[in-house]
Amino acid sequence: MPMNWKTGGVLLGLVFFLAILLVKPIGVSTQFVILDGIIADAVNPDFVTATDDGFTSTNAYLAKSGGKYAKSVANPLNYSFVFVLAMMLGGFLSAMARGGIDAQDRKVPALWRANYGDDPVKRYLVAFLGGFIVLYGARLAGGCTSGHMMSGMMQTAVSGYIFAAGAFAAAITVSILMFKKEA
Amino acid sequence: MTSIILAIVIGAAFGVALDRVGASNPSTINKMLNLTDLRLAKAIMLAIGLGSVLMFGGQMIGLVDVGHMSVKAAYAGVFVGGLLLGAGWAMAGYCPGTGLVAAASGRKDALFFVAGGLLGAAAYMMTYPMWRASGLLDPIWGGKVTLGVIPGSGYDGVTSLPGDILGIVLGLAFIAIAFALPERLLGQPSTQAHPAE
Repeated sequence: MPMNWKTGGVLLGLVFFLAILLVKPIGVSTQFVILDGIIADAVNPDFVTATDDGFTSTNAYLAKSGGKYAKSVANPLNYSFVFVLAMMLGGFLSAMARGGIDAQDRKVPALWRANYGDDPVKRYLVAFLGGFIVLYGARLAGGCTSGHMMSGMMQTAVSGYIFAAGAFAAAITVSILMFKKEA
Repeated sequence: MTSIILAIVIGAAFGVALDRVGASNPSTINKMLNLTDLRLAKAIMLAIGLGSVLMFGGQMIGLVDVGHMSVKAAYAGVFVGGLLLGAGWAMAGYCPGTGLVAAASGRKDALFFVAGGLLGAAAYMMTYPMWRASGLLDPIWGGKVTLGVIPGSGYDGVTSLPGDILGIVLGLAFIAIAFALPERLLGQPSTQAHPAE
């Protein structure tokens, strides 16, 4: 772990506080939907369309809640989408500033190597499948680790606690079963 | 325009924090989830607790606008989705935010995670009507509710306790747990010498 947990926790806590002080709670997973919508709308311009008082979509999920997702697809230069792009930039700069991630770990992470060897194909397949399940689950839940768990529990939201209970029950079980050898 | 500048500043700070705390390293995530190294869990608990104390304390002295709160609805699908997310989180070692940060910082497996994520989100967009029809998205316990009643928030509380004071108490509890939690719960500390990471 690159940073003492206390320093890291304070840094992370201050960012979550700053977000709610200045704008709104942090969330990420919705932006996967927005990017999907942007791609779909680029392929088929009728996917998201303007209405008299906003935007709608042929997709029921984008059209729900008065078309708020459709609106974000139509205007990608909005707070939440730019936030996620900036988060990626910040992560990149931070990793570079500490000398970057070593080449072997960039290819296959250490704990995976200790348990399953350094064949990247197997690792990439599981990462892809994991990504599919994570985002499908996050959208069903209405948020992810950032929005539901951290922002939610911080605000004493009941939904945040329900989400964390489900997420940790599954994650701890799967992780203990999958990663028996230590790196 | 102000909101875009704020998005860049806060977003970048969040990305830096995720990288530095180790959350975008899938090995660190799974060492937390398999209970062999809980330092990241301690950091997360401290962050939630500190954020809570500052936010509710700030609300009580009028520094933080209660209107900035955004509470998500409670429904059965939150738990089911949480289970799915948790399983994928352990498999991949990434959640949506940390996967993006990892991909940006050069981790190749994270690119596959993000590609899978885009497909998973698209699959949900297509199957959303089925979930809506199932009733699993219907609000439970009042939907957008908090544990206590937070003055001026407009959200109902599942208890009639003062939500801001409760938030500070719970925040302090999170901080206390962060300090009390051992660094590992399962297995024994490795006896063989290993080089520092």
